[in-house]
Amino acid sequence: MSAVAPILEVRGIRIRRGGEDVLNLPHLAVAPGETLSLIGPNGAGKSTLLLGLSGIEQPCAGELLFRGERVPAGAAALAYRRRVAMVFQEPLLFDTTVFGNVAAGLKLRSLPQAEIARRATESLDRFKVRHLADRSARTLSGGEAQRVSLARALAVAPEILLLDEPFAALDPPAREELLEDLAHTLHATGTTTVFATHDRTEAQRIADRVAVLDCGRLRQIGTAEDVLRRPVDSFVAAFVGVENLLPVRLMASGAGGAFAAVLGAGGALEGGTTTGCVFFEIGGAAPGMLLGSEGLLCIRPEDVLVAAPGDRRGSSLNQLQGTVASVVAQGPFLKVSIDCGMRIVAAVSGHVARAISVEPGSAVTIALRPADLYVIPRG
Amino acid sequence: MELIWQGIREAFGLIFGFDAEVWRISLLSLRISGTATFISLFLGVSAGTALALTRFPGRRLLVSLVNTGMGLPPVVVGLFVSISLWRNGPLGVLGLLYTPTAMIIAQSVIATPIVTGISLAAIQQLPPKLRLQILALGATRWQMVRLLLREARLPLLAAVMAGFGGVISEVGASIMVGGNIKGSTRVLTTATVMETGRGNFDIAIALSVILLLLTFAVNYLLTRIQQAERPR
Amino acid sequence: MMRKMKFVLSAGILVFNALMLPPQYVFAADDTSIILATTTSTQDTGLLDLLVPAFEKQSGLMVKTIAVGSGQAMTMGQRGEADVLLVHSPEAEVKFMAEGCGTARRLVMHNDFVIVGPAADPARIKGIKGIKGSVDALKAIAAGGGPFISRGDNSGTHTKEKGLWKTAGIVAEGQAWYQQTGLGMGATLNVASEKGFYTLADRGTYLAMKKILALEILFEGEKSLLNVYHVIEVSQAKWPKVNAAGAKAFADFMVADATQKVIGGFGVDKYGAPLFFPDAGKAE
Repeated sequence: MSAVAPILEVRGIRIRRGGEDVLNLPHLAVAPGETLSLIGPNGAGKSTLLLGLSGIEQPCAGELLFRGERVPAGAAALAYRRRVAMVFQEPLLFDTTVFGNVAAGLKLRSLPQAEIARRATESLDRFKVRHLADRSARTLSGGEAQRVSLARALAVAPEILLLDEPFAALDPPAREELLEDLAHTLHATGTTTVFATHDRTEAQRIADRVAVLDCGRLRQIGTAEDVLRRPVDSFVAAFVGVENLLPVRLMASGAGGAFAAVLGAGGALEGGTTTGCVFFEIGGAAPGMLLGSEGLLCIRPEDVLVAAPGDRRGSSLNQLQGTVASVVAQGPFLKVSIDCGMRIVAAVSGHVARAISVEPGSAVTIALRPADLYVIPRG
Repeated sequence: MELIWQGIREAFGLIFGFDAEVWRISLLSLRISGTATFISLFLGVSAGTALALTRFPGRRLLVSLVNTGMGLPPVVVGLFVSISLWRNGPLGVLGLLYTPTAMIIAQSVIATPIVTGISLAAIQQLPPKLRLQILALGATRWQMVRLLLREARLPLLAAVMAGFGGVISEVGASIMVGGNIKGSTRVLTTATVMETGRGNFDIAIALSVILLLLTFAVNYLLTRIQQAERPR
Repeated sequence: MMRKMKFVLSAGILVFNALMLPPQYVFAADDTSIILATTTSTQDTGLLDLLVPAFEKQSGLMVKTIAVGSGQAMTMGQRGEADVLLVHSPEAEVKFMAEGCGTARRLVMHNDFVIVGPAADPARIKGIKGIKGSVDALKAIAAGGGPFISRGDNSGTHTKEKGLWKTAGIVAEGQAWYQQTGLGMGATLNVASEKGFYTLADRGTYLAMKKILALEILFEGEKSLLNVYHVIEVSQAKWPKVNAAGAKAFADFMVADATQKVIGGFGVDKYGAPLFFPDAGKAE
C-alpha cells in the first residue's frame, strides 16, 4: 500500500439488526481511485457494509471518515451522501423516460437545466444508451436497464461509487459488455469504487484489491493474487476456489526451500521417520506457522498439470502417478478427480483433454509447481 | 322506462335552462365534496405515506384501524359528527351544525380513511429498495418522499377518485349534519331523497342524472391527469 | 412543472372555496339564525317554501328548516337543539309544555287527515257515515285483513293513527296486515300507492302528491281526524343557547294576519282546494 491517505476509512463500525451483529469491522481503508471488491457468501454483510459506506445506514458504533473527516450522522450526512452514489442489483428505475432517470440525481441537486442536460447526455453516451433517451424506462431489457442505472449514478460524478452485485441479474453476454464499459469508465474518471459480488472472476478482472467477508467480519483483504493464492484460512481458501485442501505437516529441508508431508496418504510419520510419505516442495506457508505443525496444503485445480503417464517433466516439479476417478464438465473446463494416493481435483482444459485420455480409469501423471503450493493453518 | 327518459330530458332541460336552484345545488355539491376531498387528500396521503415508511409499536393496529375506517358507514359518521356539533354537544360552541362546513367535516371524516388506506398500499407496493436507491442518489428525506409519491401517482390518484366518489354520492351523513336546508345545505343527493319522498320522480331522476354527469366529469379530469405524462 | 401546477391549483381551489362561502354558511352566529324543527308533511306540501323566505326577508334572520317527524322535532326542542317548533301532535305537545320545555304554544292552522286506499277498496270502507265512522272504518280494515301501512315514526300522523286504533279497540301492531315504513308522509304514500295499501294521511300531502298516486280518499270529514298545527317557542331557561327572540319573531309571524291569509290561500290554484285552514287566535 502506498503512503497516500485513504479516501474512505472505516473505524470500529458495528451494525446490528434484530439484536445481532451483522457487521463488525475494526478497520477498512480504501485508497483514492482504487477499485475494491467485496466477496463473501450470502448474508456475509456485503450489502450492509455498502449501505454503511453510503451514509444511508447509521452504524451503532464506530465512525466513517471521508478524506480524513468524520461523516456526521442523520440529516447532516447529506453533504457526504451527495458525493457518493450507489447502484443495486435491481435497476430500480423511475417511471419516466431514460433521460429523466439519468437526470434524476442531478435534479435532486438543483443544478441549472443546461448543466443537467449536458451531464446526463454525457453519461448516456458513456454507457451507450443515448439512443434510448426518450424511451420509457418500463420498456427496457434487463441489461439496458442496468446500464441506465449505472449512467444515472455516474451522472452525478460521485467521488465514490458503490455497487451491490450490479451484474448478478444479467445474462453472461450483457454482463461481459457492461463490465467492460464500466471498467473503462471507472478508469477514465478515476472514481473510487467499492463493489460487492458473488463472482470472483469479476473481482479478479476489475478489482485492485479483494476483501473477503463472512458473518459480518473481514477475513482477508489484499490483491486478487494474494487472496486467491495465499488465503488466510480454510474458509477463505474454500470460498476463493481452492478445491484441494490436503492435511500436511510442515517440514524443513536440507538444501533450503520448504516441504510438506502429506498426512494419511499411505506411509506413516512415526518418531521422526518419514517412510513412504508423499512430500511436496512448496512455495511458502502462512506467516507464523511453525515447522512440524500441521496445516492444509492449498492446491488450485487450475494449477494441477495433467499429462499422460509416460510424459516426463522437469525435476523441479512435484509429480505423482494416479488414476482418473471421475470427470465432470464445468463450463470451458473438465473437473477431473484423480486418485493418486490422495484425492486431487484438477481443472483440465479441452485442449489437454483431447491430447491425452481423461476417462475414468485412465492413468495419468500429475505435476505441481512448488510456487503454486501454499500451506495454511488448520481449522 | 319512460320515466327515466323523461327524467333525462328533464335533466338537460334544467341544466341548459340554467334553472337557478339546480345550478346552486350542483355547485354546492361540487364545492362541499370537492373541499372534503382536498382535505382528505392532504391528510390521507400524508398519513398513508407516514404509515408506509415508518415503523413504531402499535403500527399494525393503526393500519387495521385505517382499513376498518375505509368501510366506515357514512350514517354512523353523520350521527357522531352531528352529536358532537349539537349546540349543547362538545363542539356546540362552534355553532357548525346545519352548515356546509359541518358537511365538509363529516365528508372529510368519511373520505380520509379511504384515501389513507389506498395511499398506504400504494407506497407499500413500490420496490422496497427504491427508497434506498433514491437516498443513494443524494436525496433529502423530503425529496425522497416526493419522488416516492411521484412513483406511486397512479394508485394515489385512484385514491383521490375513490375518496371523491365516496363523498359526492353520500346522503345519510349529509342530511344529518346539513339538514337539507334550501339555499345553504341542500345538495344533489339530499335533494334527490327529498324529491323522491315527495313523489316528484321526474325531478329526482333529473337530479340523479346531473349527479352522475358531475361525477363523471370530475373523474374524467382526474383520469386525464393520472394517465398523463406516460411516455411510450 | 406539472406537479407544481397541480399543487398550486389544489391550494387555490381550497382557498377559493373557503373565501366563497359567506360567513353565515360557515358559522351560524346565535342571534342571526334560528333552527325551526318541523314535520315532513309541512315541508312536503311546499308551504314552508313559501313562508320561510318571506319571514327571512322580513326579519333578516336565517331560518334553518329541519324537517323530521314530530317526535324527533320535539326531542330536538327538549334538548334545546331547536329554537322553534311547528308540529302537529297535540298530546305530545301538551306534555312538552307541561315539562316546561316551551315558553309559548300557539295555534296556527289545521287540516285534516283522511283514510286513503286503493280504488278497489277491498275492505269496503267508502260510504261509511256516522259520528264514529272512523272507528267503523278501521274495524272494517282490520276485519278485512287490511292491508294497512303506517308511518311508524312517532310523527304527528303516526300518533294520531295510534290514537284512532286505540279508540277502535284494535291492537294493530304485530298483525300480519299492518306494516310500518318509518318514513315521511310522502314516502309512505308512495309505498301505499305501489302496493295497494290503506293508510292514514294528512290531506295536504295527499293532495300535493295526488297526481302520481293510485289512491283515493275513502274516508274523511270526522272531527277526530282533525290535524292541528301549533307553533311552540322553545324555552331558553333550560337551554341558554336557544334564540328566544328569533323564535318569538317566527311564532309571531306565523300567527300574523298576513301570513294567515297566505296560509288560507295556499294550494287553491294548484289543487283546487286550500291545503290548510288558518286558525290563529281561535279557541282550541
